[in-house]
Amino acid sequence: MEIIATYGFELVLLAGVFGLFMAWGIGANDVANAMGTSVGSKALTIKQAILIAMVFEFAGAYLAGGEVTSTIRKGIIDSAYFVDSPELLVYGMIASLLAAGIWLLLASYLGWPVSTTHSIIGAIVGFAAVGVNADAVTWSKVGGIVGSWVVTPLISGIFAYLIFMSAQKLIFNTSDPLANAKRYVPFYMAMSGFMLSLVTIKKGLKHIGIHFSTSEALLIAGAIAVAVGFIGVFLIKQLKADPQADKKMHYASVEKVFAILMIVTASCMAFAHGSNDVANAIGPLAAVVSIVENGGEITKQAALVWWILPLGGIGIVLGLAIFGSRVMATIGQGITHLTPSRGFAAELAAATTVVLASSTGLPISTTQTLVGAVLGVGMARGIAALNMGVIRNIVISWVVTLPAGAVLSIGIFYMLKGVFSA
Amino acid sequence: MNSILGVFAKSPIKPLQEHICKVHQCASHLVPFFEAAYANDWNKATGIRAELSKMEKSADKLKRELRMNLPKGLFMPIDRTDLLGLVTEQDKIANIAKDISGRILGRKLVIPPPIQQEFMEYLLRCLDASACAVKAIDELDELLETGFQGRELQIIDKLVIELDSIENSTDVMQISLRHSLHGIEQDLNPVDVVFLYNVIEWVGDLADLAERVGDKLELMLARS
Repeated sequence: MEIIATYGFELVLLAGVFGLFMAWGIGANDVANAMGTSVGSKALTIKQAILIAMVFEFAGAYLAGGEVTSTIRKGIIDSAYFVDSPELLVYGMIASLLAAGIWLLLASYLGWPVSTTHSIIGAIVGFAAVGVNADAVTWSKVGGIVGSWVVTPLISGIFAYLIFMSAQKLIFNTSDPLANAKRYVPFYMAMSGFMLSLVTIKKGLKHIGIHFSTSEALLIAGAIAVAVGFIGVFLIKQLKADPQADKKMHYASVEKVFAILMIVTASCMAFAHGSNDVANAIGPLAAVVSIVENGGEITKQAALVWWILPLGGIGIVLGLAIFGSRVMATIGQGITHLTPSRGFAAELAAATTVVLASSTGLPISTTQTLVGAVLGVGMARGIAALNMGVIRNIVISWVVTLPAGAVLSIGIFYMLKGVFSA
Repeated sequence: MNSILGVFAKSPIKPLQEHICKVHQCASHLVPFFEAAYANDWNKATGIRAELSKMEKSADKLKRELRMNLPKGLFMPIDRTDLLGLVTEQDKIANIAKDISGRILGRKLVIPPPIQQEFMEYLLRCLDASACAVKAIDELDELLETGFQGRELQIIDKLVIELDSIENSTDVMQISLRHSLHGIEQDLNPVDVVFLYNVIEWVGDLADLAERVGDKLELMLARS
């Protein structure tokens, strides 16, 4: 108890710095996965992608990041084991942040596409199970989270399959694909707008103290959806068909319509990513702050301190601004095998899945969901060739991340314990 | 690269299209080649033959590249074996074109003037077949856009049927050309006659092989 009273400020500062570091890492690395499909299919330039990512990652983190944050903060660990020694929980959370951050840095250096979510969950479970007590982990909850890692790619794959098939039926397999693209693409835009605004209104606005009933929320989301749809109609009207390009490839102009749609789905993807992944950085930080503020008491109900979510958002944006363009530049080169109509299906499916999962508080992996969605489009025979070897490596890197995060955090946990308790 | 975009492998469709284009271009060189041969301008014919041979080589290179870019672990909407079979068939067209020009040039074999016109018509018709194969293969990227179903599939079906009918007409032309040759063969060098029959057959093979490309394409699409 005295430790928290004496070193309270230092501990919060430490957690804050590591949390910012982690958020920065998420912004620098994960953005490639979240925005890569848009840049890769040439629907957006790198600058546009960064700009969209900054705005919507922050919005997602701030407006819809609370739910997952509270899961990471207090869902995984049974606080009953820490009542007598809350400082252990503080050390553990700081250790987890640092461990996940280090692992992320190492993985990016080596070029492994690891998941930030996996590393932080592995780290938290690691320090709690080994450093404290195996029963200190709420295994049922962890089981649910790990289970969601299997289920969400599946769900987003099915979504992607259905979305892609619907686009085929409504647009590509018709006598006038261009006219049908112009007709139906605004509906896809409206759908994306509806989903995003609904989640924001239901889950996000309560952080800033605004409450709506379900019917009100539906109404507002519907209105926003209509507005987004009309903006889409307007943008598509500006578009000019290019007969020269159409001669080479019949669907060139159709793809241009989808490129506009991709601006919307890319925004969704950034929002979804922010809402889900910000928690990986600030969940542990929130736990530390709450314990210190309450003088060592672990309260269940404590609301999130106001500055935490924006801090995470700013961290992500900083990462984007500093490293994002470099990461994007590597993506922008060479990948032309993805047309906007496929990219849109994958992005919309992944974003929908992530946003839905985020609203239930499940910390899922954005990358994983996107890979599931890409496979879904592949199953619908929309992509010329997918590299299964690369997919296998990605899956392996996810599995390895759990024990790696755990081992690192256990080590750092004991170090911190030694430093502060000495 | 630290991103999921490594998941997207290089599309085999573009190289396949490039390959058939190159092959057709190569076979099309037979027209100026025979024109030079008709005019007994063997210098020019040698030059054209060198160009033709260069194209056959670059088609070979494309074929090899395509094969190298198709590792086992690819997940594709079309069967890998079918794709590899298709490119093999395509490549045979260039090979036979090279063989024809080589045989003509090697023996300075002149198509007898009474059948020159008929022979040229026959050659052009056979090249129509490979042009049609190019068109069919060219639809593949559109077919990918539509997820290998619907309208685009019908367009390819139509092209394959057209290819069949072209090949049928070349068969008819071949029979009549052989008949014409038979009518004048007593005035010709017997050894030349043997080779003339061979050349007529090989030119017909151009159309046959183009039809086989269509067949393979149809098989590839039917299986999936």
